[in-house]
Amino acid sequence: MARMKFLCDAERCIECNGCVTACKNTNEVPWGVNRRRVVTMNDGIPGERSISVACMHCSDAPCMAVCPVDCFYKTEEGVVLHDKDLCIGCGYCFYACPFGAPQFPQAGAFGLRGKMDKCTFCAGGPEKDNSPEEFAKYGANRLAAGKLPACAEMCSTKALLGGDGDIIADIYRQRVLTRGKGSEVWGWGTAYGPGGQKPAAAQPKS
Amino acid sequence: MTMRTLIAGLAAVVALGLAGCGEQPQVVQYKQGKYQGKPDAKPWDSAEWGGKQADWERAINTRTQYQNEYARTGPSGR
Repeated sequence: MARMKFLCDAERCIECNGCVTACKNTNEVPWGVNRRRVVTMNDGIPGERSISVACMHCSDAPCMAVCPVDCFYKTEEGVVLHDKDLCIGCGYCFYACPFGAPQFPQAGAFGLRGKMDKCTFCAGGPEKDNSPEEFAKYGANRLAAGKLPACAEMCSTKALLGGDGDIIADIYRQRVLTRGKGSEVWGWGTAYGPGGQKPAAAQPKS
Repeated sequence: MTMRTLIAGLAAVVALGLAGCGEQPQVVQYKQGKYQGKPDAKPWDSAEWGGKQADWERAINTRTQYQNEYARTGPSGR
């Protein structure tokens, strides 16, 4: 079974925020909540790099571990989702998440937090698929329609890849090899192993 | 009358006091692969896919490959 993942290619991201806009538009995310955002390092300095960040749907998700009401679940495809009917808005998941993915709408005065909202990999939530209730609470369910997350599909430079982890890792490997890099890249062996150096599909034609 | 009221009052206080001595579990009961919320349907359980997981996976994987422009242009098209 596929394990759905996001992968952002920092060499390609141009900080256009198209992914952020696509997410907000597709899921009708309220003001103050950013399920996805673009982070730029060394902004304005030559060589700056940007990456698009949202919930990374961790294999061993810390938000799931710390939730006091156990409102998180992981689907068969590896997408981390939560039940807003159970969420008490305590914010523990926000402190646990290394990516700042959990978002809290400012629902009232005195810093009152509403129920947590986060990227669903466009997979909705535990309501009837593509029902008005599901859309109101969790946003669009593109996965049930056989589509990938809107952010990845809308990315103009295809910096943001989304889908089965094995497939997008292969796409990224091919890019890196085409750029003339490979085993010297940090983490390459961990990601692809010694046998993953030069797949036939990435051999440049001579 | 006063004595009876006093005894009834004391009995009520004792009953209320003892009510807090119950050993009710107050922590989440975790079960591997389960959670406390509602069950969710699989993406391929919709009317569009009719429960055919293989068809859904094929469609998703094909769509994932659309993100690879080298698959359309080839390495020489870069």
